[in-house]
Amino acid sequence: MSLTILVFVKQVPDTKNITGEAMKADGTVNRAALPAIFNPEDLNALEMALELRERYGGMVAVGTMGPPTATAVLRHALYMGADQAFLLTDRKFAGADTLATSYTLAAGARKFAAEIAPFDLVFCGRQAIDGDTAQVGPQLAEKLALPQLTYVEEIQEVTAGRLRARCLIEGGYEIIECPAPSLLTVVSTANTPRPPGARRLMQFKKARTRSELAAAHRDRAYEEADLLIEEERRLRDKGLWIHEWHAEDLDVEPDRIGMAGSPTKVKAIESVVLAGREYKQFGTDQASINQLVHELIEAHILS
Amino acid sequence: MVAKKRIGNVWVFIEQDGGRIAEVSLELLSRARELADQLGVETAGVLLGDRCDGLPQQLFEYGCDTVFLAQDPRLDPFTPLPYAKVIVDLVEAHRPNIFLFGATPVGRSLAPRVASCLLAGLTADCTDLRIDDFEDKASGTVFKNKLMQIRPAFGGNIIATIANSWQDPQMVTVREGVMPMPEPEAGRTGKVVKVPVELRDEDTVARIVERSKAEKAVNLRAAQIIVSGGYGVGSAENFGLIREFAEVIGADVGASRAAVDAGWIDHDHQVGQTGVTVRPRLYIACGISGAVQHRAGMSESAEILAINRDPDAPIFSIAHYGIVGDLNEVIPKMIKAYRSRV
Ligand SMILES: Cc1cc2nc3c(=O)[nH]c(=O)nc-3n(C[C@H](O)[C@H](O)[C@H](O)COP(=O)(O)OP(=O)(O)OC[C@H]3O[C@@H](n4cnc5c(N)ncnc54)[C@H](O)[C@@H]3O)c2cc1C
Repeated sequence: MSLTILVFVKQVPDTKNITGEAMKADGTVNRAALPAIFNPEDLNALEMALELRERYGGMVAVGTMGPPTATAVLRHALYMGADQAFLLTDRKFAGADTLATSYTLAAGARKFAAEIAPFDLVFCGRQAIDGDTAQVGPQLAEKLALPQLTYVEEIQEVTAGRLRARCLIEGGYEIIECPAPSLLTVVSTANTPRPPGARRLMQFKKARTRSELAAAHRDRAYEEADLLIEEERRLRDKGLWIHEWHAEDLDVEPDRIGMAGSPTKVKAIESVVLAGREYKQFGTDQASINQLVHELIEAHILS
Repeated sequence: MVAKKRIGNVWVFIEQDGGRIAEVSLELLSRARELADQLGVETAGVLLGDRCDGLPQQLFEYGCDTVFLAQDPRLDPFTPLPYAKVIVDLVEAHRPNIFLFGATPVGRSLAPRVASCLLAGLTADCTDLRIDDFEDKASGTVFKNKLMQIRPAFGGNIIATIANSWQDPQMVTVREGVMPMPEPEAGRTGKVVKVPVELRDEDTVARIVERSKAEKAVNLRAAQIIVSGGYGVGSAENFGLIREFAEVIGADVGASRAAVDAGWIDHDHQVGQTGVTVRPRLYIACGISGAVQHRAGMSESAEILAINRDPDAPIFSIAHYGIVGDLNEVIPKMIKAYRSRV
């Protein structure tokens, strides 16, 4: 048996290390001031896919939707061991909420299935740290009409057209059997993602999308179109080609993608400024602490 | 935009497991009641499961006008596909205005699937809900009486207000403990509507072969006083001081993630974004810096006392009372002061 696994990943601003400089005066977030990272749980999803490929054979492909700079996470996935990568990028995708995002990712998955290989499983990280919504996985499952398993910690077995997985629930777990193809969202406790392989890093840092290739040759004097076609063929032959798909390459309705395809609209954004409330300070001597405890009891806060 | 002919009702997905209703569902019912009263509509609970006949009465007492009850062995325990099918059919038949889900693992698996199928807007992890008018700047359309969906984003560093510009329902998930638990109104009644369960083969393909679920041993959400220890406590042994302090003043024990990760205490005690949300009468933070993810779970406490040796620790900016000092010195004195109280 061999499996084709599609893993959707996302480049996110590193919200863990958010600092004052990352907030603009108007209270919005200055994404440019935040380092962009591979969404942590997407790494767990990719690791799970790679482990399955090692167990059963097959292929792991990664896809992402984002600006051209998001190619960085695809390249990182190639360093870790992914076989194929595709970028869904277009200004028309911008401003997408989770519904428009899952719609666009579904179109990407269908194109991959039609042109490269039909998939057996689709993996996502449970949630992305920039929104923490955990919605795109289940919504993508619905868009692709696949069964969904969420909070997956372990895949126990895959047999012809079926799989068995351990999923976290509140206060415990469930072992669930379901048919493949299906979509799984993976939690951070599932595994420890491998670091990029040194040899693969040397090899795949040369992987390119069409736009990157064009940009690199913009100032060349010779006949550009022919050169690009030839370069593309060379990269494809060596497995260094990152597919780049725009809205017009996908089977999507214009009013279902990006801002237009997003029912939820942001009405207002405020930054959480700690008001620096005046608190009542007490000393560390016994008399001060007696006073504090007395006040708390008087106010019926302590009994 | 479609002109509204009528305003739909406010619905709450009622999460139950083994006949026990999740607390978050009851919390949501009270907010649903307020929203419905403001809009001049009714509330309904959507209850799926098997052998749940006894539950609607409880829901009426918590503010439900109607309970839609779908019962079938295939709906117990929860799996997302059959639940989504029954709920999508129900929404299409009745078109509620607002539909609230608890942001539990169940709610976060079910609500997106339902919303995707209905092409409805869905906002995750709301911390507040309000009714207000909203102008969609892109289209210039003004919407009257929409649901303002307020949630933290970017790891809690910003608060966003989101509104839905498409057709109803307006869907949200809300975390547990964020809305206060209402007092039930004994004897309040309502109407039960039995819902036919029509499932297709593809809805029942997933099978639970094993299930292990433990009741939560600690329930911090109901605690009136919490003594919480952080990384500043220093060691597993020293966490005994936190426990002793809690016991003396009749409090429950909480912790920051750093203390949980260090293995000094169980995850059930973790307060914050990836732990529980608490709103006690008094929260005592000992050796906790007050990171945004921690504050997300405790900033609604009525009173906060911070004990930290760093005067610039962010916890002080949300504290009502503070002691800048070493907790190893301060806590024994607190215990002594309490024991000798008059
Ligand atoms: C996605 C995500 C989710 C998270 N979820 C949570 C969550 O749910 N809950 C949570 O708590 N954290 C969470 N965190 C972690 C959070 O960012 C902080 O790392 C954590 O809260 C820090 O815990 P702490 O305050 O105990 O430790 P520290 O930040 O190390 O603070 C220790 C404090 O103790 C003080 N101190 C040291 N010694 C003493 C002493 N002897 N006496 C008095 N004071 C002393 C220090 O001055 C310091 O302020 C999350 C992080 C991420 C990225």
